[in-house]
Amino acid sequence: MRRTRPLSRRRLLLGAGAAGLAACDSSNPHAGFLGAMERFNLRVQSGLLRPGLLAPTEPEGSFTPEEAFPDYFISPTVPLPPPDWALEVGGMVARPRTFTVEDLTRMPRTDLRVRHHCVEGWSAVASWHGVQLRELASIVGADPRAPCLEFRSFDSGYWSTWDRESALHPQSILAYGMNGEPLLPGHGAPLRLYAAVKLGYKMVKYLTEVN
Amino acid sequence: METPDTRSAQPWPIRLTHWANVVLLPIMAASGLQIWVAYPYMGPRGALMKPFPLQGWAPPEWARIGDWLAGARHWHFAFMWLFVLNGLVYVGYLFASGEWRRRLFLPRRDARGALAMAAYYLRLRREPPAPQFYNGLQRLGYTGALSLGALAVLTGAVMYKPVQLQALGWLVGGYEGARLLHSTSLFLLLVFTLGHVVLVAVHPRTVLAMVTGRGQT
Repeated sequence: MRRTRPLSRRRLLLGAGAAGLAACDSSNPHAGFLGAMERFNLRVQSGLLRPGLLAPTEPEGSFTPEEAFPDYFISPTVPLPPPDWALEVGGMVARPRTFTVEDLTRMPRTDLRVRHHCVEGWSAVASWHGVQLRELASIVGADPRAPCLEFRSFDSGYWSTWDRESALHPQSILAYGMNGEPLLPGHGAPLRLYAAVKLGYKMVKYLTEVN
Repeated sequence: METPDTRSAQPWPIRLTHWANVVLLPIMAASGLQIWVAYPYMGPRGALMKPFPLQGWAPPEWARIGDWLAGARHWHFAFMWLFVLNGLVYVGYLFASGEWRRRLFLPRRDARGALAMAAYYLRLRREPPAPQFYNGLQRLGYTGALSLGALAVLTGAVMYKPVQLQALGWLVGGYEGARLLHSTSLFLLLVFTLGHVVLVAVHPRTVLAMVTGRGQT
């Protein structure tokens, strides 16, 4: 007598396929197989990050015209800073304090002219002027055990968190200037994050708070 | 007289990686097209690449996976590891088993046969070249597809980490060069796949060999 096998190869494949697709939910990609691979990618990413490996300075001729450099924000109109704006630095630091743009311009200045990579796939080049985050970290006495940083903005509460290693990269700055001019409102005035090792959406603009 | 080839026409590691690719390549292509939709232009901001024929092109919905940019990126960055692993298993097996000798395109051995086969398909030649395991044109096609897969992976790696992998990026013209070559490799893989499927449809027994491991290649 011939009996069908309880689990034929075809059924097994179909079942595995269906289970596999169920583990890939585009609307909730932090779960299932996609989520597990996201955590794997995070480990690959931090394994690849070399603090001493700098993004190359782009040639002068590669500048993106200012009007072609996108200026994204969330609020319906360009967010403008409150009159008494100052950057608050707190969290796991020995000396929490506030900084005005004048305070920051008195600190050692770092200029970057590196390629900007957007999560959408475009790239652009501008020069950015500001203060290294590692400089700021040493002034406020940041606790080396703090694993991550939180950046908050006055653009509808937009915020982002960063891993410590990326923040301490020499090309991660708090920028107050772009292309030799003070930052324009569209590009995050008065102060934004700028970094070679992060995608654009991680470089929070309109900063108010670092923890 | 040559000793008859007693090897399986398509040994199981070849079959396994082939059919895995049938699943993985469409996932990579469709999630890649969904990512492309977020910025469907070639060239940096303010300096788009004029001769690129698909500026602003939106691929049809059915050719996309991931629903939105973040979803598609999760698919792409999850399955890329399986795609790479599959490729490494294939190439590793090819060399460990010696299968590369009858599968890869070696110009001095295969160029003449590939031209003869192309001439036959184009009806410039009446008789096909003498049959063998793979003809020169097949070897050229399969080796080409394998190289395109490698190109897609390498240029993808440059876009994945443009700063950390900048040495690799330098080889392919930086981030924008990588983006162009990545799309080009997708297009050429699509052309290969179409030709492959048509020829397989004309010679259906080759499918049997890729399923059972025995028979005509």
